[in-house]
Amino acid sequence: MKIVVTVKLVPDPNAEKKIDAGSKRLVRTGIETVLNPYDEYAIEGALKIKESLGGDTTVTIFSMAPAASKEVLRKALAMGADDAVLLTDPALEGSDVRGTAYAMAQGIKQTGFDLVICGGLADDGSTGGVPGALAEYLGVPGFTNCRQVEVAGGTLKVQRETDSGYQVVSGPLPALVSVTMAIGEPRYASLKGIMGAKKKSIATLALAALSVDGAVGGDGAKTEVRAVAAPPVREKARVVEAPDGAAGARAIFDLLKEKKLV
Amino acid sequence: MDFELSEEQQAIRDSVLKLCTRFDDAYWLEKDRHGGFPVEFHAAIAQAGWLGIAMPEAYGGAGLGITEAAILLEAVAESGAGMSGASAIHMNIFGLQPVVVFGTAEQKARMLPPLIAGAEKACFAVTEPNIGLNTTALMTRAEKHGDRYVVNGEKIWISTAQVADKMLLLARTTPRADVKRKTDGLTLFYTSFRRGEGVEVREIEKLGRKAVDSNMLFINGLEIPEADRIGAEGDGFKSILHGMNPERILIAAEAVGIGRAALRKAAAYAKERVVFDRPIGQNQGIAHPLARCWMDVEAAYLMVLRAADAYDRGKECGVEANSAKYLAAEAAFHACETAVMTLGGMGYAKEYHVERYLRESLIPRIAPISPHMIMNFIAERVLGLPKSY
Ligand SMILES: Cc1cc2nc3c(=O)[nH]c(=O)nc-3n(C[C@H](O)[C@H](O)[C@H](O)COP(=O)(O)OP(=O)(O)OC[C@H]3O[C@@H](n4cnc5c(N)ncnc54)[C@H](O)[C@@H]3O)c2cc1C
Ligand SMILES: Cc1cc2nc3c(=O)[nH]c(=O)nc-3n(C[C@H](O)[C@H](O)[C@H](O)COP(=O)(O)OP(=O)(O)OC[C@H]3O[C@@H](n4cnc5c(N)ncnc54)[C@H](O)[C@@H]3O)c2cc1C
Repeated sequence: MKIVVTVKLVPDPNAEKKIDAGSKRLVRTGIETVLNPYDEYAIEGALKIKESLGGDTTVTIFSMAPAASKEVLRKALAMGADDAVLLTDPALEGSDVRGTAYAMAQGIKQTGFDLVICGGLADDGSTGGVPGALAEYLGVPGFTNCRQVEVAGGTLKVQRETDSGYQVVSGPLPALVSVTMAIGEPRYASLKGIMGAKKKSIATLALAALSVDGAVGGDGAKTEVRAVAAPPVREKARVVEAPDGAAGARAIFDLLKEKKLV
Repeated sequence: MDFELSEEQQAIRDSVLKLCTRFDDAYWLEKDRHGGFPVEFHAAIAQAGWLGIAMPEAYGGAGLGITEAAILLEAVAESGAGMSGASAIHMNIFGLQPVVVFGTAEQKARMLPPLIAGAEKACFAVTEPNIGLNTTALMTRAEKHGDRYVVNGEKIWISTAQVADKMLLLARTTPRADVKRKTDGLTLFYTSFRRGEGVEVREIEKLGRKAVDSNMLFINGLEIPEADRIGAEGDGFKSILHGMNPERILIAAEAVGIGRAALRKAAAYAKERVVFDRPIGQNQGIAHPLARCWMDVEAAYLMVLRAADAYDRGKECGVEANSAKYLAAEAAFHACETAVMTLGGMGYAKEYHVERYLRESLIPRIAPISPHMIMNFIAERVLGLPKSY
């Protein structure tokens, strides 16, 4: 079985970020590029399936990113994935969710897959829109927000997280799933993994090698970022001093009443 | 000249730091309070393959160099594990270098794999109570009886002897009076031992690093099979010399890690703690000492990597290794002291961790060689000054 894990390369989530006023894009220079933290969970999910199935199950990392970040993917290989494919082309720059999902779908079809596993959210773009769109362009069923994924006898059984619990859903392969953090803590690379990753291949795919019709990249974007604003600064907390518990409770109650919350 | 870590070295650092997040400040604080070997940590490090980082690939290691081992141990200490974490694995990472270099194929196949897998732990028994840094004067005797040696003597400060299964032991096989040079007549052994059977192990209460024990060893009739002798009889000093520079480089890297950990805690506190309506770190009297410590620690790390690089290229590195150990240990100690002073009263509270780092930072200053002896060495070897002792 062939599992493809989509991994976005994002600016270090811990770094301070700036938005360029002109392009309304994130300024990426000077910030380290890392694996999208949510996608590390997707890798973990894939490796768990590989371990449970054994045999000739393989895990391929698939990323759409600038060529310069290619080596960052080696970290995913060190965790235990077998190989990686980087879809990279200057013409892809500025892709919106649709363009991203469409181009990725063409690349993943070429790579071949039985199961595609996505993270739930990219740390930078944060639309959460790619997995659904990708399933559509791949023409396979999509199972989002999965906390557990099982493959047995060519069928897929997942637990989908909901607000009140989880749903048990099953369906045929090939398919796409996106996973939540409940799938399990991503493993850290072992020394053997790091040493082994040196010898694994990271292939690159350019648009010319794919059957892409229609515009991708900035030209093909159907959405446009109109404005970017920082979240409103939270009001300073009001400190209420009260001589005892009852008076404190009264003060809190009055405040809630004033805000029409009770 | 390339001052960047390679991709692989960076991956080693990242992965070790990530593993160490499972052993947080609370874990090490608990270990410091109540002692007990950090078995979970040792097991996690072994399981991820790190103990074999510098051991030959043929025996289950990764065949990397002392540079990578230094990056590993620095990261362990920097994570907040300090010397408690580093010392728990230190000996198992490079201590068996004499076996790698001087052991027979049979010995390597027998001794290295269990150590790399974490199934066995080793301690290193050289220092003696009555001879101090004058190692060649050591008095522990190993006498040959048929195909075994019988050992009698005392060792001191032997770390991890409470939990170790194996001992790398240096003992005299030919009395000093009967050899030409004082470095002759010493022999190295790597052997199994059990506490209470020919070796009594008594723990020393000490200032810091409670989790990793250090001990007095009373050796009384310990029998060692000849098959456990490393190298030729009488060549033991030559054998351990081979491991001394790497050991200094590694302990220096550990010191850098603890210095970085202290400065990280101090800077975070100085940014947050507001007194006189401003963060204390806005006062140059707080900021400048921290900045100076940062520069000292990072400069020391350059010397550590320089020494490690020279060793890995097979070059002479005694001067660099000793300098690195001196610079890193002094810088780390001052960084920890400055961190305590930055936190003020809280710096003295266990809960804030920096007082633990300060206590632990004295270890790389004292062991495995004192700053005085390093200065003696540099004065004599580099500056050509007359030997003072
Ligand atoms: C406010 C805003 C600013 C933006 N700024 C930029 C910018 O500066 N630069 C830029 O390039 N784009 C930018 N984008 C554009 C772009 O729309 C998204 O980054 C991209 O379409 C993917 O969507 P997402 O990041 O929301 O992914 P999500 O839908 O949140 O990602 C979900 C999952 O899909 C997979 N996935 C998503 N993208 C990729 C990928 N490229 N490769 C592999 N797997 C992937 C991952 O598994 C991920 O976990 C911005 C978007 C917005 C809304
Ligand atoms: C926590 C800890 C763990 C240790 N673990 C181990 C271990 O696992 N295995 C092991 O074998 N050893 C171990 N040691 C021992 C350590 O290597 C020795 O303590 C160290 O080498 C110093 O030796 P000493 O204590 O005998 O000092 P001494 O030789 O007694 O020296 C005392 C002081 O006098 C100074 N001095 C002596 N001669 C001179 C001179 N000529 N010029 C200037 N100054 C001089 C020294 O620099 C030192 O400051 C450990 C020590 C500690 C503290």
